[in-house]
Amino acid sequence: MKILVTAKRVEDPESKIKVKPDGSGIVQEGLKYKINPFDEIGVEEGLRLVAKHQGEVVVVSIGGKEVQEQLRHALAMGAHRAVWVNHTGPVDQLGIAALLQKVVEKEQPDLVILGKQSIDDDQNQVGQYLAEFLGWGQATFASKVESMESEQEKNKVPAIVLTADKKSVQVIREVDNGLATVECQLPAVVTTDLRLNQPRYASLPGIMKAKSKPIEELTPAKLSVDVTPAIQVLKMSAPPARKAGIKVADVPALVEKLHNEAKVV
Amino acid sequence: MEFQLTDAQRALQDAARKFAREVVRPKAAHYDETATFPLDLLTTAWELGLLNMAIPAEYGGVGLSHLDQTIVAEELSWGCAGVATSIIANDLANLPIILHATEEQKKRLLTPFTEKLKFSSFCLTEPEAGSDVANMQTTARLDGDHYVLNGAKCFITNGGQASQYTVFATVDKGKKHKGITCFVVEGRPEGLSVSKHENKMGQRASETVSLTFEDVRVPVANRIGEEGQGFAIAMATLDNSRPLTAMFSVGIARAALEHSMEYSTQRRTFGKPIIEHQAIQFMIADMAMNTHAARMLTYESAWLLDEGKRNSLQSSYAKCFAADMAMKVATDAVQVYGGYGYIKEYPVEKLMRDAKLIQVYEGTSQVQRLVIARELFK
Repeated sequence: MKILVTAKRVEDPESKIKVKPDGSGIVQEGLKYKINPFDEIGVEEGLRLVAKHQGEVVVVSIGGKEVQEQLRHALAMGAHRAVWVNHTGPVDQLGIAALLQKVVEKEQPDLVILGKQSIDDDQNQVGQYLAEFLGWGQATFASKVESMESEQEKNKVPAIVLTADKKSVQVIREVDNGLATVECQLPAVVTTDLRLNQPRYASLPGIMKAKSKPIEELTPAKLSVDVTPAIQVLKMSAPPARKAGIKVADVPALVEKLHNEAKVV
Repeated sequence: MEFQLTDAQRALQDAARKFAREVVRPKAAHYDETATFPLDLLTTAWELGLLNMAIPAEYGGVGLSHLDQTIVAEELSWGCAGVATSIIANDLANLPIILHATEEQKKRLLTPFTEKLKFSSFCLTEPEAGSDVANMQTTARLDGDHYVLNGAKCFITNGGQASQYTVFATVDKGKKHKGITCFVVEGRPEGLSVSKHENKMGQRASETVSLTFEDVRVPVANRIGEEGQGFAIAMATLDNSRPLTAMFSVGIARAALEHSMEYSTQRRTFGKPIIEHQAIQFMIADMAMNTHAARMLTYESAWLLDEGKRNSLQSSYAKCFAADMAMKVATDAVQVYGGYGYIKEYPVEKLMRDAKLIQVYEGTSQVQRLVIARELFK
């Protein structure tokens, strides 16, 4: 089976993120970047499926030349080849989904796996748009019944399972009050949640091999997609700083405040 | 001249850093305390290709350049210098083979390391021959198609775990360094005995033993190079490995620096975090500056090797400066922590103990200075 997985470049959450004084964006100098962790989980799940059923994992990223770093990371994990949509200007979630739709039509994968959202602006839209544009079934927030430390995880039992006839996938997904198992006809779009798997480490031989794996370059123009954004970011600002707490004299005073001010007891 | 890592180098750095942070660091204090062999960490390291970085790709290794190896070494040592020493021990033992063996020997003796987890030890030092290699007492006597080895080796890293040994012995003591010859002992042949693990001050996760050779037979096919070439092979090996030990110092110093930066913003005296006292700022500035200087010296010494140039002077600059620097930086980190720095529950006293060894092994800081002076007056 052929699996297309996204690999978005996002700010490393360990970097210090500062908003520019004029609110036009964030300060990029000195920032580190990495693959969106939800996408990394997607790459891992794709690799596990392909290890079981044969086929290939193709990774795709949209952005300037720098996104090749994230593509190489996915290739070092074991993905077979990469598609890079070279685009440096502004783009919104609809534009991204439209570009991915064209890549999907070109690549004809059996399954598209995306992170449920990217950790930079947490929109949680592209997977759903993409399924809609393609007219495919979708299973969002693919997750796992067991905890990451479980025997099942150690034995790498997947939460996305190809059915016996190989015509659909069964996906365990996280919903508000628990887990739901859905079945989707292939081709389908799946988005990953945090507990789906523990991505493997990129090995040194993997990194060396990734150097020579092919990255195909495409552009919005080549894909005939107009990516003029419908959404404009007007201003960014840091969330308000947390105010210091207060100290109460004794337990009755605490209970009084919880009862009358916080209204929780 | 480029002063930035390539994308591939950053990927190597990230991979090694992730391993150091998520796999090594959580267990570092345990292995330091118990001085037991970190087999679980080394197994993961082997799976990730960290154990045989220097073995060329044609024999199944990663075949990293010297510069790339130092980039990885900094991260490993940042995780735990003892674990890093155990990880690098395989490459150190295999370097004589990589540098000087025949094609047949390389295939036969290197490939198994990339197929399954296997340890090898570099056996040069003797009780009476450390930096004074020419005083070697271990002998090799030709007997038919075998050599017979007799003697003792000490401070052998991973010696109790190894199933292959790269051993230096002299075919004629009278010839001094011109009699030294390099051999590969496979398995644990009869006559080879291993002492108990030394109870070391620092780098306690790396195993250190003594070996005794009593009529150990080695096939002539396992002689690396010619008779008498061993001294040159050993020196070439150390020229290759010195940038790595230098970079171990940088990893320790960076860990000490980071701990100090974190602690000094939390710990308060006289009504403010201690980092607001200039005395602490100056110490931390010196730590950062010297750590970076050592890193740059080390990169240069590794880069020279990749360019195929002799690096004896620069690798001694790097090893000597970096080792002395790490000792100072780790000592200052303990100072920044004050009384808590002396307590084992805090991470910095281990760094001080670990750093000390780098001033001693693979040529003491004094011997490095001798090399530097000799090179300068050449």
